[in-house]
Amino acid sequence: MQLARSLRQGETTSEALTEAALTRARAAQDDLNAFVTLCPDEALAEARSVDAERAAGAALGPLAGVPMAHKDLFCTEGIRTTCGSRMLDNFIPPYDAHVVERVKAARMPVIGKLNMDEFAMGSSNENSYYGAVHNPWDLRCSPGGSSGGSAAAVAAGIVPGATGTDTGGSIRQPAALCNLLGIKPSYGRVSRYGMVAFASSLDQGGVLTRNAEDAAALLQVIAGHDARDATCINAPVPDYLAELRTPLEGVRIGLPDFGDGHAIAPAYRELLEACIEQLRSLGAETVSVQLPNADLGIAIYYVIAPAEASANLARYDGVHYGHRCENPADLQDLYRRSRSEGFGEEVRRRIMVGAHVLARGFYDAYYLQAQKCRRLVLRDYQSAFTRCDVILTPTVRAPAFRLGEKLTDDPTDLYLEDLYTVGANLAGLPGLSMPVGFVDGLPVGVQLIGRALEEGRILSLAHRYQQHTDWHLRTPPGFSGDGA
Amino acid sequence: MSWQTVIGLELHIQLHTRSKLFCGSPNAFGGAPNSRAGEVDSALPGTLPVINREAVGMAVQLGLALGAEINRTSVFVRKNYFYPDLPKNYQISQLQEPVFGAGTVEVPMPDGGTLSVRINHAHLEEDAGRLVHDVFAERSAVDLNRAGVPLIEVVSEPDMHSPEEAVAYARALHRIVRYLGICSGNLSRGELRCDANVSVRPDPEAPLGTRTELKNINSFRFIGRAIEIEAARQLRILKSGGEVAPQTLLFDPDRDIVQPMREKDTESDYRYFPDPDLLPVYVDDDWLEELRSGMPAPQDEVIRRYEEEFGLTDQVARQVAADVHSMDYFDRVRTLCGDAALAGNWMAGALTGALHRDGLELERCPMPAETLGELLRTLVQGGISSSAAKKIFESLWSEPGSVDERIDRLGLRALTDSDALKDAVEAVIAGNPGQVEQYRAGRTKVLGYLIGQVMQATGGTADAKTVNRLMRERLDQPGGDPQS
Repeated sequence: MQLARSLRQGETTSEALTEAALTRARAAQDDLNAFVTLCPDEALAEARSVDAERAAGAALGPLAGVPMAHKDLFCTEGIRTTCGSRMLDNFIPPYDAHVVERVKAARMPVIGKLNMDEFAMGSSNENSYYGAVHNPWDLRCSPGGSSGGSAAAVAAGIVPGATGTDTGGSIRQPAALCNLLGIKPSYGRVSRYGMVAFASSLDQGGVLTRNAEDAAALLQVIAGHDARDATCINAPVPDYLAELRTPLEGVRIGLPDFGDGHAIAPAYRELLEACIEQLRSLGAETVSVQLPNADLGIAIYYVIAPAEASANLARYDGVHYGHRCENPADLQDLYRRSRSEGFGEEVRRRIMVGAHVLARGFYDAYYLQAQKCRRLVLRDYQSAFTRCDVILTPTVRAPAFRLGEKLTDDPTDLYLEDLYTVGANLAGLPGLSMPVGFVDGLPVGVQLIGRALEEGRILSLAHRYQQHTDWHLRTPPGFSGDGA
Repeated sequence: MSWQTVIGLELHIQLHTRSKLFCGSPNAFGGAPNSRAGEVDSALPGTLPVINREAVGMAVQLGLALGAEINRTSVFVRKNYFYPDLPKNYQISQLQEPVFGAGTVEVPMPDGGTLSVRINHAHLEEDAGRLVHDVFAERSAVDLNRAGVPLIEVVSEPDMHSPEEAVAYARALHRIVRYLGICSGNLSRGELRCDANVSVRPDPEAPLGTRTELKNINSFRFIGRAIEIEAARQLRILKSGGEVAPQTLLFDPDRDIVQPMREKDTESDYRYFPDPDLLPVYVDDDWLEELRSGMPAPQDEVIRRYEEEFGLTDQVARQVAADVHSMDYFDRVRTLCGDAALAGNWMAGALTGALHRDGLELERCPMPAETLGELLRTLVQGGISSSAAKKIFESLWSEPGSVDERIDRLGLRALTDSDALKDAVEAVIAGNPGQVEQYRAGRTKVLGYLIGQVMQATGGTADAKTVNRLMRERLDQPGGDPQS
């Protein structure tokens, strides 16, 4: 929003901002590996055209001319969309995702496509065909995932905002690990059309920015109904910037009483308490709430998400587009080798898990059971929200971990990264993570979960908090870009 | 023992919607390969299905016509299997909650009796594309024009006991879907395809024998023949003490045999699960009523009314009342021209002939009902002769345009101007004194010759009745020489 104001006041041009963003992106690429593809020609052309229109006195949207970037699973017409996978290394979509259309209509130059865990499966950004992304706060560390490229690019000040997607925590976890505000809207608030599917009933597009105001402005651009997504909600989109000004007085913050499995380090606990205290001092009330089935979240998630993924990713078969193996002997060989070569290990694992839980004889015990438990989780939240307006939890279990540290034989350790975040996906609720301080020099976040379609409320809480704190203003040493 | 054949049919009926089942691509037959395959039918990454309400409506109307239980809520599932003609590698279909449940088809039998065949259920699903093996050397190609075309699969109970009954049932259902206007019913284009389940048991009280499934039969004759061959094969096995293996078979009409399908085409575990991209379809009271009131009166009633009210012959009435499109066309033509019998005759004659000649259905008729109505009105009012009307019809068929313009361009406006006609009559009388004399001598048969001469002289534009009247008046005038 700061850049948008500068543009409106004629202090700078979109071309200058875009050029600077591209320069920062190129300069940081070796360190961060945040981008899969840069689109300087398209971005600069759009920037110049916005500048020309502004000079001619045209009425432009609030974010017109502000550069941004998309996670590389939003289809972009004419620009390759890899999903972090060898499978789609050569895939150039003939159409734009709904989110991409909306960003184009808002006249924001898109400087590139951001690295990510392959098909959004991962919490460390190490599952990318294009290599791991590095955390600007400590290049030895993971930025989190799967929207790791988005988080790294915004945290490093390359762009003020980026899109991401969140299936089990893929926006909120990297936001927490990179000192950003990341919001996953309610399921159905943002169209999934053109967003490469991982788990259809959980996937939701959202944004990562430095602060709540920017998040509100960018969410305003991408939220809203789209008839091409049957699960997209047809309800008016409130004015999120206006809702930021809602006073905090009387807002009831629910604090769930988690079991031992949810323990966090004392230093993180102190930051959490300080954040709660700050919100109380601004007029919010706190109540304790129960989410008795929260411990089931990860198990439910790792049945439903792979099940849906196993079907969603069946289309990548080497027949119609994407990676095809050399000299297939026959159809089965074409399928087997194209998929074995095109997909990375974690994607293959989840496809196999998904096929297994849907198989005859296992469906009832796994998939059906998981769906039933999912309803219990939803009921927990519904009942909690009769006592409170917002639920506050840690976002992550701990700050950023070293790259490679969790690449063990047991992938389930990494799966626990989603511990606090999957609930909002299973229940379809909006959730955000905001910066609340540092543990051992690395940022951590607090998660706010709201009622369905109450993105405005959790954003306003974050905004009020950020007006009285400066955690979100801290930038990683060595990345003092002005993309704020 | 009195051996009994037991037959149940699954009829796959392509619904004649404007667009495909889950996207806006047009639903039509033929065309350049993949010319009607959009991003959704091609299963490009990020694309999503949206249900076509027209298809659901047609399916519900079929259910109503069969007196079936309409499921107010029906659910779409994914049926997972890999095949190149299925670009998502899952088919969207229905399983436990299909569009309608139990119903009945009253099947008229050739002997005048009626056979009641119970319907188990019918489900909506998308058709697959097709593989083309003979275009490229050593390679197969995929044409996705058919992919996503809506199908309703009507599953009968095993209520048929002979090939004749099975064929009569298939024909009865074919007639119903044609009449409702929900399927064009062209079997050679695969618009209606049949799977037959066949078993044989020693007597009608015995438990059902092991059944085999004959797949993908595409003509009524072949349905009968395939069942006949398969029942005989099973009977031979059972009589010799053998056991029928449950298997899937294909009928080869060229070799007149049935043979097992290749094993890999009969994968058994489809790992069905509800499609998370689609919401359940809900048919509320208003929609159901709207669909019900949009259905035509029962066909027998309509035929009787056409015969009694409009004086159509039984054959013409049956042809005009073949389906809702034809009835609608007839209504418009008849209203415009004011002569229902004439309208019926032209539809059953010239129009049907031209459609057959060009291999078209009435829905794709190049001549709008308004044009034919206008043409026939001009004919009824004497503005053109019958033979001129046929010429104008053919001309308008190959080159659409307005009736008036075409009459003038072809110079076929009837000579109703009696002075001009009188001149022509005078000229013929003057030129054929011998025939005139014969006529006046009482050999009135030459009248036809004289009239023919006038028609010839006027190039067929004269109204024969008027010429007849003028000629008689002139010839019957007392007092000889015309010129005097």
